[in-house]
Amino acid sequence: MSTLLHVEDLRVSFPSRSGMVEAVRGMTFTLGRERLGIVGESGSGKSQTGRAIMGLTPPQARITARRLEFDGIDLLSATPAVRRNLRGGRIAMVLQDPKYSLNPVMSIGRQIVETLRTHESVSRAEARARALDMLAAVQIRDPARVFDLYPHEVSGGMGQRAMIAMMLIAGPELLIADEPTSALDVTVQLEVLSILDRLVADRGMGLIFVSHDLRLVSSFCDRVLVMYAGRVVEEISAAELGNAKHPYTRGLLNCMPTLGTDRHPLPVLDRQPEWRL
Amino acid sequence: MSDTLAPSPPGTRAWLLSDRPQSRMQARLGRAYMNWLRFASNRLALVGLAILIALVLVAAFASVLAPHSPTAGSLATTRLLPPLSPGYLLGTDDQGRDILSRLIYGSRLTLTVVLLVAAITAPIGLLVGTVAGYAGGWVDALLMRITDIFLAFPKLVLALALVAALGPGIENAVIAIAVTSWPPYARMARAETLAVRNTDYLAAVQLMGASPFRIVLRHVMPMCLSSLIVRVTLDMAGIILIAAGLGFLGLGAQPPSPEWGAMIASGRRFILDQWWVATMPGMAILIVSLGFNLVGDGLRDALDPRESGR
Amino acid sequence: MSSTTLSDNRRTGPQLHAKAGKLILGTARFAGVVVTTFLGLLAVTFFIGRVIPVDPVLAVLGDRAPASAIERTREAMGLNLPLYQQFFIYVRQALSGDFGTSVLTTNPVMSDIAHVFPATIELATLGVLIGTCFGIPLGVLAAVKRGSLVDQIVRVIGLIGYSVPIFWLGLLALLLFYAKLGWVAYPGRIGIAFEYSFVPTTGLYLVDALWQGEWEVAWDVFRHIILPAALLGYFSMAYISRMTRSFMLNELGQEYVVAARAKGLSESRIIWRHALRNAAVPLVTVIALSYAGLLEGSVLTETVFSWPGLGLYITNSLQNADMNAVLGGTIIIGSTFIGINLLSDLLYRTLDPRTRAS
Repeated sequence: MSTLLHVEDLRVSFPSRSGMVEAVRGMTFTLGRERLGIVGESGSGKSQTGRAIMGLTPPQARITARRLEFDGIDLLSATPAVRRNLRGGRIAMVLQDPKYSLNPVMSIGRQIVETLRTHESVSRAEARARALDMLAAVQIRDPARVFDLYPHEVSGGMGQRAMIAMMLIAGPELLIADEPTSALDVTVQLEVLSILDRLVADRGMGLIFVSHDLRLVSSFCDRVLVMYAGRVVEEISAAELGNAKHPYTRGLLNCMPTLGTDRHPLPVLDRQPEWRL
Repeated sequence: MSDTLAPSPPGTRAWLLSDRPQSRMQARLGRAYMNWLRFASNRLALVGLAILIALVLVAAFASVLAPHSPTAGSLATTRLLPPLSPGYLLGTDDQGRDILSRLIYGSRLTLTVVLLVAAITAPIGLLVGTVAGYAGGWVDALLMRITDIFLAFPKLVLALALVAALGPGIENAVIAIAVTSWPPYARMARAETLAVRNTDYLAAVQLMGASPFRIVLRHVMPMCLSSLIVRVTLDMAGIILIAAGLGFLGLGAQPPSPEWGAMIASGRRFILDQWWVATMPGMAILIVSLGFNLVGDGLRDALDPRESGR
Repeated sequence: MSSTTLSDNRRTGPQLHAKAGKLILGTARFAGVVVTTFLGLLAVTFFIGRVIPVDPVLAVLGDRAPASAIERTREAMGLNLPLYQQFFIYVRQALSGDFGTSVLTTNPVMSDIAHVFPATIELATLGVLIGTCFGIPLGVLAAVKRGSLVDQIVRVIGLIGYSVPIFWLGLLALLLFYAKLGWVAYPGRIGIAFEYSFVPTTGLYLVDALWQGEWEVAWDVFRHIILPAALLGYFSMAYISRMTRSFMLNELGQEYVVAARAKGLSESRIIWRHALRNAAVPLVTVIALSYAGLLEGSVLTETVFSWPGLGLYITNSLQNADMNAVLGGTIIIGSTFIGINLLSDLLYRTLDPRTRAS
C-alpha cells in the first residue's frame, strides 16, 4: 500500500495573551489509502491536525513539522498556489455542520459546480451534468430539484450529503472528515456514514475521520489514533480497541452507556496531568 | 451588607481584582475597575476623554480663561484681525470680537445642549423601551409603532420644522433635537429587555412577588444601562452636529451669543478673504464631537465586547 | 381573498396554501406598517403646523396678509371644526398632493417641490454612488487586512465623517477647490451660459445633458455637481465603509468561508463572491439608510452650495416663516424616507434566499 501522507512531529501553536499555546504538540503518523480515525475530546487538537494538513490554519498560527508530505509534496514549503490546487482537488474536507458550512446565498448546485470548475476546465453543461451525477452518487433522489435549492431549504442530512458531493466532485485522493455527523440527527448519522463509507471504498481514497465518538470511529475506521492535549496517547487498530492499554482510552470507552447494567455513579474521565507529557 | 468593610487584602489593586469579592460593593468596584483598565488600554479613547475633560474645564472656567469679552468688540480697531495677532490668538470676527473668547464661552452652550438633550432623551427612551419590552402585547405594539414613526423622520428636517413652529432659540432647539433623538434608545432598550425578559433571575424575582414596576425599575433597566451609555455617548457627537446645523441656519442660539454653528454662518460671508472666521468654530465642533466619538468607541469596546469592531 | 386561496388549495395542495396565506398576511402587515407610518408622519406635521402655533393661519400666511385672505384660509383649513375633523381634511389634502400655497413664491407648494426635488435627487444619488463605489472596496480591504494601513484609513475616515459638520467642510472645500484652485464651478447647478438654452427633460441635468448629447453642457453640469456630490459621498463613504468592514469581519469568520477555502477557491473569489455576497444582504439596508441620510444632509449642503433643491427650498422658506412650504418639504422628505425603507426591505428579501417568499 502506497503511503499518501507523512506526518512527523507536527506542531501547531497559537499566540495568546500568555505566550504561545500549542494546540498540537508533535503528531506523528502515516496514512495510506485507508481509514484512519482521530479521536479525542474537544481541545485535544484533533481538528487542528486536520486543518494543518489542509492548510486552513488561521494566519496567526505557527506550524512546524519535521515532515509534512502529501504524495511526495512537501506541504510546508509548497507555495500558496500549489496548496490551493491540492485543496479540493486532491485533498478535500467535510466540515461539521452543513447549516453553517454551506454558503447560504448560493444554490447547492452552483456550490458543487464551483469546486469542479476550480480544478478542471469543463464546460458549463458538463459541469452541471457531473454535479447531478455526484448528487445522485450521494443518494439524493431528485438531483435536478436539489441542484437549484438553497441550503436553508434542505434538511441537515441532505445538506451534509450535498457537502460531501461538493467536496468529492473533483476526485480527491484524501478526505478529511471533521466530525461529519455530529450535527445530524442520530437516525440520519448512519445513513450519511454509509454513503461516505461506500464512496471512500469505491474511489480508493484515504480518509481521516475526526470525531469525539470512539465507538463510532472504531466501527468505521481501520486504525484509531487517540489524542489527548495535542498528542497521540495511543495508536490502535480498530479491532483491538477492547485491548486498549492507555488509561485515557479506557476511560473514554468506559463512558459509553451500555444497556442492562446499572451505572451509578456515572463514570467520569479522570485526567492525569502526566498524560500531557 | 454588614461585611462591606471586610479587611482589605494588601494592595487596593488586588482587592479590586479579587475573584472572590466579599461584598456587593467590592464586586461592583472591581467590575468598574476592570472596565476602566480595558478603557484605558485604548489610547485613542484616552485622547477623547482628555478632550471632554478639557471641554468641561473650559466651560466651567470660561470667565477666567477668556482673554476678551465674547460679545463686545471694537469695530474700529480690532475688526477681522488674522490669527496670531498680538492678544488675539485665533483672530477676530467682523464685529471685532476675539474668536478664542467666543469659542471658550461657546463651549458652555455646546455642553448645555448636549447634556440637556441626553438628560431628556435617555430616560424617555429607556422608559418607553423597557415598558414596551416587558409588557409585550398591544402596549408593545403601540409604543413601537410610535417609535417607528419618529424613526421614519429625517432627524434634522423634523427638528427644522419643529423649530420653525416653536420659533428660533436655544431652548426650542434642545426640545426639537430631543423629540427627534429618543426613538433609537427606545428600540435598543426594548431589544435588551426582550433578551432578559425570560431569564431565570427575572422569574425568581417575579416569584418573590415583586411588582412589575419594581421589576422594570430595579432589574430590567440596569441591564440596559451599559449599552445605553455607549449609545448616548456616541450620539452626543450627532447632537452637537445637529445643534450646530440649526445654529448655522439661524434657528439655534440667537446673536450675539457665541454658538459655534452660528459663528460659522456669520463667518461664511468672509470665507474667501478672512478664512479663519468660519474655520475656527468648525475646528472646535470637530474636536469636541471627535472627543465624544472616541470616548463612545472606547466605552463600547470596554463595556460591550460583542459589538466591538463595529 | 379567501376564495382565491381556497381555489389555490384545491389546485396545488395544502403546503402552497399555507405559503400563499403567509405571503398575503405578510404583505398585509407590511402595507399596514407603511400606511400607519405615513399617517403618523402626517399626524406629526399636522401637530407642528396646526396645533403648536397660536394662530395657524398667521403661521401659514404671515402677518402681512389681508384680512379677507386670512378669513378664506381659516375656512379652507377648517379651523372652526373639531381637531379630528381638521386632521381628516389635512390628510385628504395631503393625499391629493395639496400642501397649500407658498407665501414666498405664491405657487402651490407641490408644484414648487416638483420643480426643485429632481435637483436634490440628482445630488443625493450621485453622492450615494460615490460613497458606495469607494466605501465598499475600502471596507472590504480593511476587513481582509485587519490592522493594516487601509484599516487605519477607514477608521480615520469614519471618525472624521462622524465628527465633522457637513456645512463647514463644504465651506472649506469651496475655499480650496473653487476659490484657490478653480477646479470646480460655483454656485448653482449650471452655468449662466447654458441656463436658458438648455432644456432639461427629466430634471436630472447630468442625465439629460448626456442623453441629449450636449457634451459641453454635461461638462459644465459636472463641474457644478461634483463638489457637493463628493462631499455627500464622503459622508456616505464613512458610514458604508465602516459597516462593510464590520459585516465582512463577521462573514469571514463563518464556516462556509473555511469550506470555500477547502474547495481550493482563490482568496479573491472567496472574498468578493462568497463573503461579500453574504455581507451584501445587510449592506443593502445600510446603503438605503445612507441614501436617506443624504437627502437630509442635502438641507445643509444645498444651503452652502446654493444648490436649488428641496433642502435650499426648505431653508429659504424657514427664513421667511413660510410654514406650508416647510411642512410640505418635510412630508416629501419623510415620504421618500418611507419609500426608501420599503424598497430596501424588498431588495433585502430578494437578495437573501432565506427570506424569499417562494
